[in-house]
Amino acid sequence: MAQVAFEEISKVYPDGTSAVRSLSFEVDDGEFMVLVGPSGCGKTTALRMVAGLEEISSGTLRIGERVINDTPSRDRDIAMVFQSYALYPHLSVYENIAFGLRLKKVPKDEIHRRVQEAARVLDLEAFLRRKPRALSGGQRQRVAMGRAIVRQPQAFLMDEPLSNLDAKLRVQMRAEIARLQQDLGVTTIYVTHDQIEAMTMGDRVAVMRKGELQQVASPQELYDHPVNLFVGGFIGSPAMNMLEGTLERSNGSVAARLGSQSISLDSGLLDARPDLAAFEGRPIVIGIRPEDLEDAAIVGEVPAGRLLQGTVELREALGSEIMVHLGVDAPVASTVEVAELAEDAGVPTPAGGTPDRATRIVGRFSPRSRVKPGDETQVAVDTQALHFFDPETGLGIYS
Amino acid sequence: MATVLRVVRRAPLNLFLLVVAAMWLVPTFGLFLTSLIPKGEIAREGWWNVVAKPSSMTFDNYRALFDNNDLTKALVTTAEIAVGNTLLLVFIAALAGYAFAWLEFPGRDGLFVVVIGLLVVPLQVALIPIFSLYNSTSLFDTVLGLILFHVAFGLPFGIFLLRNFFIGIPKDIMESARIDGASELTIFFKLILPLGLPAIASLAIFQFLWTWNDLIVALTYGRDTQPITVAIFSQLRQFGSNIELIAPASFVSLAIPLAVFLAFQRYFVQGLLAGSVK
Repeated sequence: MAQVAFEEISKVYPDGTSAVRSLSFEVDDGEFMVLVGPSGCGKTTALRMVAGLEEISSGTLRIGERVINDTPSRDRDIAMVFQSYALYPHLSVYENIAFGLRLKKVPKDEIHRRVQEAARVLDLEAFLRRKPRALSGGQRQRVAMGRAIVRQPQAFLMDEPLSNLDAKLRVQMRAEIARLQQDLGVTTIYVTHDQIEAMTMGDRVAVMRKGELQQVASPQELYDHPVNLFVGGFIGSPAMNMLEGTLERSNGSVAARLGSQSISLDSGLLDARPDLAAFEGRPIVIGIRPEDLEDAAIVGEVPAGRLLQGTVELREALGSEIMVHLGVDAPVASTVEVAELAEDAGVPTPAGGTPDRATRIVGRFSPRSRVKPGDETQVAVDTQALHFFDPETGLGIYS
Repeated sequence: MATVLRVVRRAPLNLFLLVVAAMWLVPTFGLFLTSLIPKGEIAREGWWNVVAKPSSMTFDNYRALFDNNDLTKALVTTAEIAVGNTLLLVFIAALAGYAFAWLEFPGRDGLFVVVIGLLVVPLQVALIPIFSLYNSTSLFDTVLGLILFHVAFGLPFGIFLLRNFFIGIPKDIMESARIDGASELTIFFKLILPLGLPAIASLAIFQFLWTWNDLIVALTYGRDTQPITVAIFSQLRQFGSNIELIAPASFVSLAIPLAVFLAFQRYFVQGLLAGSVK
């Protein structure tokens, strides 16, 4: 077990494409680090550089004290779980798990002991003599895990190991991998594009975008203080609502104007975040998490300045909560980050990029809410929890 | 009713296949029956007459064949050439196929195109130049010389076939093995060879059949080193008097590759399908 350190790591392909740009962060000994980002953000390339499957163009990569830039994969003492599992199709489950140990010339009885132990932990004892093709997806996934854990390596590398499983199994294996990692205490780098996996599994999460590291922080910190628009929009499901507005000061209090509506902000806000003062009268991106919106009808007394007017377009009841899609008369933030996130989520960006006046926002309402599609409704906004971003730089404004 | 319809609809096709099969099988069957006709009667009787009086059939000709030192020696030589060149070819083609499929080295793709280009070179163009080469070395009239020639001309196709099969093996498997601590040689022997077995078996069968039945190469580079095809050929006289030796020898020469084919046909069919349909 060891620390894995990225120091100014870059990857440029021969055709000039730059996949990873000057990536610097450290994964502590025993830590579960998740690399997350939309497809093409360089997370898998970063992982493959640790595995030695991809050459490092520049920078220094260390495992423990060793610089491993030029060490071949087989001497790096790491184990990797592939998205496809990459099981050896002609070998039994037992031989698949034992493969790495046999190559290391571990004594036979030791191999047997370790394979049995891994099979016990992963509930594979009944399948040891089967070939991979006779296993279900979940079992194959376990074999891939087994192959990694018997090696007792310095670090585990996992490349979207759950993406080939169905939703239910994914949730189950998510917990299982997290538990296993805790028990073993092996430094782990886990790549995923699924921000829920990132949030639930990681001790810390590194968010990447277009080959650049955006933020490394604990899941809660990422959620509460996203460093920029991209992280704010990427982390959280449903995603943060991003609206474009302006800050206005009238007789001592500050309000955010969103299209034809206005919400007043706490008087202490400017004291807590003096940088916001610079945005008075200028456009600013305001981020509202869905859970910071609530049906005004069930909140009780809401000051008029904290209400948004909207038309209910869709109601998705999840039992414990309701996702309500609302059309509000406020322009959506039209920054590149927002467009990119929408594209990643499969929503086509509006042609011409003109701000759409009837923006759709999502609120996470209590199941007691009775709103239905077509209703004109009032939505209470938790103004304490608003996020502010600079539309020019995309950076979050926290000070 | 549906079955009747299907039989009727397929009748023309089945009839056609039967005719084709008969065209191939009748001479083979005739050859077999001829080999059973007693020595003295061959010249007088057609093989179709023997069917009428099975009592006259005898295995004497086969006994004579296996007592004939020249022909048994020729069978052994054929086996040496066919087995030897097949093993050597498969080994080299597999190594090269792996390199072309999965190792990165400068000029790889260009070199592969050259190998593909060699596919169209007929072996006849090389007969004379190689002859002078063999003549100036000690390879003329040796089993090794014949083996090397067959390997050389089998390689372009072998490399082409195996490289295309190997490239279909998922890359992840090899990367996983590399991380597990495997060297390139370990990957080759423990993963590529077993996973490539269908293609390797196909190549081996092809090469075995071609070289077992080869006449021209052996005729050119052998004098005393005679495989069975040359030995049978040399039994031909102007007046066809040695039929009692030629018929059984031809039948044995035909039966062995047939047995090999039947024994490995499972892999053969797999190998033809593999790579194209996953």
